Amino acid sequence: MKRTIAVVSAGLGRPSSSRLLADRLAAAVERELHERGDETEVRVVEVRDHAHDLVNNLVSGFPAPELQGAFDVVTGADGLIAVTPTFAASYSGLFKAFFDVLDLLDDNALADKPVLIGATGGTARHSLVLENAMRPLFTYLRGVVVPMSVFAAPEDWGGAAAPDLLARRIDRAAAQLAVEIHRRDAPAVRDPFEPTPFEDLLGAG
Amino acid sequence: MSAMQFGIFTVGDIAPDPATGRAPTEHERIKRMVETALKAEEVGLDVYAAGEHHNPPFVPSSPTTLLGYIAARTSRILLSTSTTLITTNDPVKIAEDYAMLQHLADGRVDLMMGRGNTGPVYPWFGQDIRDGVALAVENYALLRRLWREDVVDWQGRFRTPLQSFTSTPRPLDGVPPFVWHGSIRSPEIAEQAAYYGDGFFHNNIFWPKEHTRQMIDLYRTRFEHYGHGPADQAIVGLGGQVYMRRNSQQAIAEFRPFFDNSPAYGNGPSLEETMRRTPLSVGSPQEVIDRTLQFREHFGDYQRQLFNVDGMGLPHKAVLEQIDFLGEEVVPVLRKEFAAMRPAHIPDAPTHESLKAAEIG
Repeated sequence: MKRTIAVVSAGLGRPSSSRLLADRLAAAVERELHERGDETEVRVVEVRDHAHDLVNNLVSGFPAPELQGAFDVVTGADGLIAVTPTFAASYSGLFKAFFDVLDLLDDNALADKPVLIGATGGTARHSLVLENAMRPLFTYLRGVVVPMSVFAAPEDWGGAAAPDLLARRIDRAAAQLAVEIHRRDAPAVRDPFEPTPFEDLLGAG
Repeated sequence: MSAMQFGIFTVGDIAPDPATGRAPTEHERIKRMVETALKAEEVGLDVYAAGEHHNPPFVPSSPTTLLGYIAARTSRILLSTSTTLITTNDPVKIAEDYAMLQHLADGRVDLMMGRGNTGPVYPWFGQDIRDGVALAVENYALLRRLWREDVVDWQGRFRTPLQSFTSTPRPLDGVPPFVWHGSIRSPEIAEQAAYYGDGFFHNNIFWPKEHTRQMIDLYRTRFEHYGHGPADQAIVGLGGQVYMRRNSQQAIAEFRPFFDNSPAYGNGPSLEETMRRTPLSVGSPQEVIDRTLQFREHFGDYQRQLFNVDGMGLPHKAVLEQIDFLGEEVVPVLRKEFAAMRPAHIPDAPTHESLKAAEIG
């Protein structure tokens, strides 16, 4: 079965370490899904590309076509990999804005969607951002957040024994996401304009 | 009245003119709203509609007082609302107030129902915004009965029960005012309008046409589903916002500071981007004509076109000039062009006279 993996990366630099981590997570998830017999497609959303449209949506109430396209990527995907840099002990404001607006437009967008969370930061001391900020956010949005999450500190990108450890965490987290994706049916894309029979509305009072 | 109705609608906001920093007083704004209504009748527009709000910076909290006063000073223009809060008003009071207005205005009255999107208004009137759709459904179901049944026994979730209640005065000629249901993004309200065979008004200002089209298509499809006639005979109204000068450069230069300082538009997409994606039309009368004719291509033949021309601190003189442009140059052409493209089976905009004739017929 063909599986689509949405990657949302909120790094600001180009290239950013968040995107670097996101790409490695995506590659590992693809590998795991291939082992289970699935075909895969990875679709990347760089939140930076939609920064102005996100603010415009917040103040004007409707999405620019490009931003709607990014939301469609997320909503239609079998699984989501979300990676943010750590700003002031939390996800970045831009990262949050992306999911705020997605939720405003469709509060069902992430329901029952397998989610793998990742973060980067200037020191390993920030690593609890995943458990204290990211996990509650995606739980609130009713995603199925896999138990493993992956934080990459500066030393994970170089140094003596470090790369091995990061790779191992990536592989374990990717395997968990792949299991959740593989055992589900393709996500049903809900039509918000599907009519509710009026008798049901009258009866609901 | 012609097949299609053209008019203006106001929100009734008070805002400073960015050029002077001065805002009109409530008294000035209210009197000017009356003057715009009189001007609309004078230049031959068909409809004047005013909003209902219960918080600053908006003045029109008491629509039937305003419309009753305008009714006394006009003779032809149809008076409507944009919108009447079906959620937080007592449906009994709506039934009474608008039947009274209908008598005083000799039938020149209809209403547009809306839920209201200002959170605190609900608790101020003893309700909860999370019940918005349920309130709209229950209150309107009661309102319909109050206008159509002489004696009503009723019990519901949101208001005290009624036993042997008669809403007075009875609607003029036994014909209740026509009702439009206004909603920007709630499919349930399009469904409600379709279920009753009422009108559906999409105030598409601020919104891209792709979205508006989905709402209107839903309403048309469900209108047919409920047996009121083919989808293209459903009764559709649209909003719009215009600012005109002889040449578009001048219109854009004059309008931009109001746009940039507007609470609704300011600090969002640029004026140019907003004009591309929403019905906002700033330019020459011909550009407004061309733009409005496109609405028919996007949404099908429709019955009512209301333009917003005031608010955001626009000077009163400029507002009256917009109404002159509409009455003298824009609407006459739109009437002719829309009529030429309109198939014979498309129904006219409903009026008291047409509803009365249908009742007798």
